[in-house]
Amino acid sequence: MAFLSYLIGGLGLGSVYAIIALGYSMVYGIAKMLNFAHGDVIMVGAFMAYFAISKYHLPVLVGVVLAVVVCTILGVVIERLAYKPLRHASSLSVLITAIGVSYFLQNSAMLLWGTDTKIFPTVLSGSLTVGSLSVPYLTLITILTCIVIMIVLTLFINRTKTGRAMRACSEDKGAAALMGINVNRIISITFAIGSGLAAIASILLVATYPSVYPTLGSMPGIKAFTAAVFGGIGSIPGAFLGGLVLGVVENLSRAYISTQLSDAIVFMVLIVVLLIKPTGLLGKKVNVKV
Amino acid sequence: MKLLKSLLNQRTRSRTVTFALVIAAYIGVTVFKASGNMTRMVSSLLVPVCCYIVAAIGLNLNVGFSGELNLGQAGFMSVGGFTAAIVNGLTLSMIPNDIIRLILCIIAGAIMAGFVGWLISIPVLKLEGDYLAIVTLAFGQIIMSLLNNLYVGVDKAGVHFAFMTNTLSLQEGGKMIVSGPMGVTGNTMISSFTAGFVLILVSLFIVFNLMYSKEGRAIQACRDNKIAAETVGIRVSSTKTLAFVLSSALGGAAGALYMMNYSSVAATKFDFNTSILILVYVVLGGLGNMTGTVIATTVLVMLPEMLRFLSSYRMLVYAIVLIVMMIITNNEKVLSATESFRRKMKKKGA
Repeated sequence: MAFLSYLIGGLGLGSVYAIIALGYSMVYGIAKMLNFAHGDVIMVGAFMAYFAISKYHLPVLVGVVLAVVVCTILGVVIERLAYKPLRHASSLSVLITAIGVSYFLQNSAMLLWGTDTKIFPTVLSGSLTVGSLSVPYLTLITILTCIVIMIVLTLFINRTKTGRAMRACSEDKGAAALMGINVNRIISITFAIGSGLAAIASILLVATYPSVYPTLGSMPGIKAFTAAVFGGIGSIPGAFLGGLVLGVVENLSRAYISTQLSDAIVFMVLIVVLLIKPTGLLGKKVNVKV
Repeated sequence: MKLLKSLLNQRTRSRTVTFALVIAAYIGVTVFKASGNMTRMVSSLLVPVCCYIVAAIGLNLNVGFSGELNLGQAGFMSVGGFTAAIVNGLTLSMIPNDIIRLILCIIAGAIMAGFVGWLISIPVLKLEGDYLAIVTLAFGQIIMSLLNNLYVGVDKAGVHFAFMTNTLSLQEGGKMIVSGPMGVTGNTMISSFTAGFVLILVSLFIVFNLMYSKEGRAIQACRDNKIAAETVGIRVSSTKTLAFVLSSALGGAAGALYMMNYSSVAATKFDFNTSILILVYVVLGGLGNMTGTVIATTVLVMLPEMLRFLSSYRMLVYAIVLIVMMIITNNEKVLSATESFRRKMKKKGA
């Protein structure tokens, strides 16, 4: 029974990673860049929700909407100001710019909101008890949210016109532009969706681990990036699967092996998986022609 | 005359310029320091600047020269640093001379980091692109977590190691060298700016010798086109391993020097952010450009301190400088302008 509850806890944590990893993976698939500032968008979302719910005593749902709106706008603005001028630059230059944006967001947060840790209020307590197994409602909602997002996103990518345009852009930007797709608009939409998802993930994260501070996003950001690569970067089901596996591995190793070494174990599993499948669990193998 | 000619040779001119620059900077700083006008803050940064320069030179060998994105250079620094601290603690009573001990520590740190780099290179170099990058990041994190749980003590009976929990029961007069999350404690500081300067010269010497050798050309060939390199008989995997191991060994030497500059350093000092910071120095200095690396590292390590008058806004300004610099250096108009300027200068010179 204890194992089952650790497993479900792991799935909850993994769902948060998966939602963040989706943002990483979508942006990578379309803009071919590692957006290291993604973790800091999470931090901004968490602060927005904190201010709305704890300081202005607005309903939780309003806090969620506010965080999503602010992060979506932030994502689009970052893309326009910092990444768009570098569309044709080398990937390393874009990476450094993303790091610059990350520093910028962290330090702005420190200046605006202080460096102290703020306690996020409890928005949902209680747990569902089945026999001797007790699962917090929050974990259930986290897992459910992740599944809903996954389904909606898959439908959006596969069934709508915009989704098709996104797939075309990720395949070949030049050809997509020739087909009449506005590539810049598609990239903006991708950043908007990724950042909106980051906001949702941020609220689920701070509702479970209730401390809000300016460098809050770094570690989940690195973990989610790992999850995205783990599942095969650029692949949406891959990001989902990678996030869940990572969360479960982390929670189980924390419970059964060692708390201090859980990070090391997570990364060790990643390395082993990449050695067996060099492009991640669900990544596409690209054949290089001579 | 022959020496002068070889110094100004078109091909190796950048080497001469780099060495001249480093030596001039050393003389300048030493004179300035002797005049007593240097603030404490700047003089406390001298050794760290040297360390970051060496680590960045190593990373540039890997990222710029061999074309592999490495996000774990700080991990190798920590391996070198912790090894050096242990060696320092062990030989403290045996070798009273600080300089010999420092050299020993740096060599030990470099060898250990090079060895770990070799071990890591076996899985890492099987991968490509971003997958390779994430595995180096993962190794950096693993090294940090492992060192964070390491306990090393020394007493009359010898060295004692423990992992996870501190189970060491040292004899009377024993001393802890590494104490888990607190990292290295009670280290005897033996670094100096001159040592840093010599280490920079040595690493530049190694890297430039490699660059202009057969192996160096093989490394570049593997970077530019793996398949073409293979068809002309270059052994790709051993060539790439050479660059990776040398890069991590230089990182280890840098970490050793860094560690010897402080009495206590925690493993978390060498985290992902430090790796990224060194990568920023390399990219801003120019991939494969050692002169650029030296200048960019110096400027960027000093910049946050120089911006101290902005008080709490300094890191914000630093971030903006970083973004704006990247956007400007990649602007097509700026690029074509510098290109035409360069052509004009060449015409005049000829």
